Amino acid sequence: MRILLGVAGLLGFGALLELAPRVGLVSDRYAPPTSTILVTLAQRTGESRFWLAVADTLRTWLLGLLIAVALGVAVGIALGTVPVVRRATASTVEFLRPIPSVALIPLVVVLYGSTVTSTLVLVVYAAFWQVLVQVMHGVADVDPVARDTARTYGLGRLARVRYLVWPTALPYVVTGVRLAATVALILTITGELVIGSPGLGQEIATARTSGAVPAMYALTVVTGLLGVLANVATRAAERRVLHWHPSLRAEVAA
Amino acid sequence: MLAVEELHKVYDGRGRRVEAIGDLTFEVEAGSFVCVVGPSGCGKTTLLRCCAGLLAPTSGTVTLSGAPVTGPPEGLAVVFQEYGRSLFPWLRVADNVDLPLRAAGVAKATRRELVGEALGAVGLADAHRAYPWQLSGGMQQRVAIARAIAYQPRVLLLDEPFAAVDAQTRADLEDLIRDVWRRFGMTLLFVTHDIDEAVYLGQRVIMLTSSPTRVAEDLPIDLPDERDQLTTRGDPRFAELRGRVYAQIQKAKLEGRTT
Amino acid sequence: MSGILARVGYALALPVVLVAVWWFASAGSTDFYFPPLSRIVAVFPDTWLSSRLADDVLPSLTRLGIGYGVALLAGVALGLAIGSNRVVAAVTEPLLEFLRAIPPPVLVPILILVAGIGDTMKVLVIVSGCLWPVLLNTVDGVRAVDPVLADTCRTYRVRGGRRWWHLVIRSASPRIVTGARQALSVGIILMVISEMFAASSGLGYAVIQFKDGFRIPQMWSGVILLGLLGVLLSVLFRIVEHRVLGWYHGSRDGPRER
Repeated sequence: MRILLGVAGLLGFGALLELAPRVGLVSDRYAPPTSTILVTLAQRTGESRFWLAVADTLRTWLLGLLIAVALGVAVGIALGTVPVVRRATASTVEFLRPIPSVALIPLVVVLYGSTVTSTLVLVVYAAFWQVLVQVMHGVADVDPVARDTARTYGLGRLARVRYLVWPTALPYVVTGVRLAATVALILTITGELVIGSPGLGQEIATARTSGAVPAMYALTVVTGLLGVLANVATRAAERRVLHWHPSLRAEVAA
Repeated sequence: MLAVEELHKVYDGRGRRVEAIGDLTFEVEAGSFVCVVGPSGCGKTTLLRCCAGLLAPTSGTVTLSGAPVTGPPEGLAVVFQEYGRSLFPWLRVADNVDLPLRAAGVAKATRRELVGEALGAVGLADAHRAYPWQLSGGMQQRVAIARAIAYQPRVLLLDEPFAAVDAQTRADLEDLIRDVWRRFGMTLLFVTHDIDEAVYLGQRVIMLTSSPTRVAEDLPIDLPDERDQLTTRGDPRFAELRGRVYAQIQKAKLEGRTT
Repeated sequence: MSGILARVGYALALPVVLVAVWWFASAGSTDFYFPPLSRIVAVFPDTWLSSRLADDVLPSLTRLGIGYGVALLAGVALGLAIGSNRVVAAVTEPLLEFLRAIPPPVLVPILILVAGIGDTMKVLVIVSGCLWPVLLNTVDGVRAVDPVLADTCRTYRVRGGRRWWHLVIRSASPRIVTGARQALSVGIILMVISEMFAASSGLGYAVIQFKDGFRIPQMWSGVILLGLLGVLLSVLFRIVEHRVLGWYHGSRDGPRER
């Protein structure tokens, strides 16, 4: 029932966008009807150029996400496990995080030009904070009794990280990865669009400058679909990794 | 005053049919204090929600002063078991008590008087400006009772109101609710699973069977009107009544298991 | 008092150290793209505190303020309407998931088509990006209204506007604030992006101008200004949040025995 209603909502929205230009509510030069967008989309999916762009975007996204997660986890655990350092950095992280990633755009363009590297720097910068903040919360969440127990039994720093800190922080890390994945995808496409590195964003920029309005809409739809896929995939992964975790069990029960 | 007639409630959900209330008929006279006890899971809360008009019965009727209850009726207040969740955490204590009065369009001066009197009656005259979450569990339930008093209801329903507080607080609150009833003279329907509490508080105890729930026995409590924790509970008659209710509930439990 | 001082100290210690390291490490820099921090700081007042304050910074902030405000109002209003009706929520859910998943900057080219390259487009870009976090969080918040509290309102006959305000909106407010916080950072990003595309004024426009003219210290100072702006707005947000959600943080710290 819910699914049917949801499909009805999507179809209704599509119909609205189909009718609005047809009855002259908006000019079809600005807003082509849904059918035109879908036809253009179908044509594009027949071209290798389109799939190359998708592959470029996915590669930049995954690579950026990977680097950001690795950096975030390493830095987060290193900073989080020493209490004094944690106190000194926790507020700094809150302080530095709101620095908007796009402020770096002119900088990376000057340094690296219109390359994938420029976009990657943006992606890594934006996604890194998401992971770092979650990891630091996770490390701070270690049960003090468990920590003392581990100390009493003479577990070394590495063993403590392996058997105590990491399992406690894991749910936070997974949440961080999910948040970072969304941000990374947005920044990947934004970078391609603004900086001009290869990918879907660049295709949109090209469609804009060549006046191919339906293609612009079609590609925008594709970015939305990619975003939905990323959300669904990371949520499913989160459920798989954390199926034992109370927070998820509670969610299922409710 | 409050009449329940052939009340029947079935929950229908995804191929599972649960008959919560089989057939209930009883009446609560104006100004009386009636306790309802039953084994856990016997549909006490369902009964109370039907009486409050929060839940529509499958068949049968609830009438309040002759008028059928189809939604929350005027002049009826409820004190819920989950005191922590029935108070507005973003409103101060006095505003929590005041909100229903404002909704009812009571004049400002009257409202102030009612709120002050109600909070005084529950012993929280100095907590007007606190937030509910700054108070202990027992005090939060006092706020909920004060809100009910200030509302000046003809009927007050209480759904296991003291189930989640510690034993000493519970004794205090029991005496408080007796005191409130005698002072404000409203009709009280008190649902509990605690046999001692029911006998100690009520003028009558209605015992329920396991689901599907019926009335097992309707027992008048002939203890003197002046009650206190020490002498009343030490009274041989109290022990006798208590034993009788206990036996009835045990029987209901056994029957519930065999059917 | 000393607690507050210690907290401020802890918050500022590391940034101060980082800035100092930058200052001294870049002191003798001859690299064209990495000018000494002292030079960047030296050009900062001339670059931003002169006519650009009124010509670039203020227009940017005005557009951000209007776009953010509109998105906040519309997001909460739509969120309340959608969240309080099961059917509407079910109908709109997949659509909203899709619309939210579109990276907001992608909408810039489309909105340029529809609304030209003026202020309207830039405000619309900010609205179209900030709307979703607020809207979706409000929907979630409305759905999470405590059933006991809802029953309380019904029995005490608290209805209409009073019920909306005291039950629904206040219950949803922690989630609304979460959405507003996310929307703020999205808003700053879109403010800059929309100005990078086509503009004749604004912070993003000015920074790109410096970049194209290879005025590197000025460009760096713009980057720093944007960073400071992000930090400042987030501090302001925290102050507002603290006032609005005082009850929430208090109640989550647990009851005090008195």
